[in-house]
Amino acid sequence: MQKFILGKKIGMTQIIQDSGVVVPVTVIKAGPCAVVDIRTQEINGYMAILLGYEDLKEKHLNMPKSGYFKKQAVVPKKYLKEFRVESTDNYELNGVVDISVFSEDDEVCVKSKSIGKGFAGTVKRHNFSRGPMTHGSKNHRLPGSIGAGTDPARVFKGTKMGGHMGNQFVTVKGLVIVKVDSEKGLLYIKGSVPGKKNNLVEIFR
Amino acid sequence: MSQIIEAFEKEQMKESLPELNVGDTVRVSKTIVEGKKKRTQKFEGTIVKIAGSNSSRSITIRKIIDKVGVEKAYLLHSPLLTDIEIIQRSKVRRSKLFYLRDRVGAKANRLKIKK
Repeated sequence: MQKFILGKKIGMTQIIQDSGVVVPVTVIKAGPCAVVDIRTQEINGYMAILLGYEDLKEKHLNMPKSGYFKKQAVVPKKYLKEFRVESTDNYELNGVVDISVFSEDDEVCVKSKSIGKGFAGTVKRHNFSRGPMTHGSKNHRLPGSIGAGTDPARVFKGTKMGGHMGNQFVTVKGLVIVKVDSEKGLLYIKGSVPGKKNNLVEIFR
Repeated sequence: MSQIIEAFEKEQMKESLPELNVGDTVRVSKTIVEGKKKRTQKFEGTIVKIAGSNSSRSITIRKIIDKVGVEKAYLLHSPLLTDIEIIQRSKVRRSKLFYLRDRVGAKANRLKIKK
C-alpha cells in the first residue's frame, strides 16, 4: 500500500534524543484528508486517488465546485491532489486518510512550492562564478559569453541565463520521518522541506 | 514562532534548571559515552554567552588552561548534561563577555564579584 498525505508546513525546530543527539526537523501538520474521488482503470484509464484537504464552508465555493462536491457527497475541501496507486481496493469514497499510514524511520518524498526569488541573475540562479569586485574590473556579476559568434549565429536553447527563480514545485526525496504525533496530527521530518511556512505540502512514498 | 513549535519545544525542556546569568562561574557535569563505558566529565569556567530559547538554550563556558583559552558550549536541555553547579556570581554589564578573549595573564578571567 502506498503512503501519501497532504499537509501544511509549520516550521523548523530541533529534537533532542535520549542519546543526546540533536536532530533538525521540519514540523508538518498533515491530514486528516478525505478521499474525494477514485480514478479507475475502466473509467479514467489509470488508477489514482483524489485527496481533499482542509474543510471549506459552502459559501466560499463557486457553483461548479459546489455541484461537484454535492455529486461526490463529500464535505467541500480547499485543496485537491491526485496520487497514483497500484490498486484502489483499500480506498472507499469519503474515506479518511490520516497520519497513521506513516511510521517512524519511513523514507518519504516531499513536494512543495519553493520560495520565489523573483528575477535572479546567473550567479544566484545557476551558481556561476562572479568576476573580481576590484582592480578596475567592471565584470562583477555578468553572465559572460553565451555562445560563439558567426557560426551558429544564434543562442542555443536552454543556455543558462538570468530569469525567474523559485516559486515552482520541488520534490525532495529520501527524507526520514523522525517522529509521528498522531494525537496532534504532526509529522516531524528530518532536514528541511521546500517552501515557506503554511505552504501546502505533499508527502508520499 | 508558531505556537505548535513552541509547545513542542517546551515539552522537551527539563523541569528545573538553576538560574544562570552571564558572568557566573559554573561547574558542569556531562556524561561521555566511549563505546560501552560511561563517564562524567566536569568543566569549570565563566559563562561568556547564553544563546537560544526554549529547548535550544545553550551556554558557552570559558576557562584558561595552561595559558590557552578554552571555550566549550553546552546544550542546557540535553540529557547528557547531568548537573550544573553555580560557584560564584559576578557583576557584568554586557550580555556577551567576548572581551575576555582579548585579555592576557592574571586579568584574563577576573570579574567583579556580586555580593
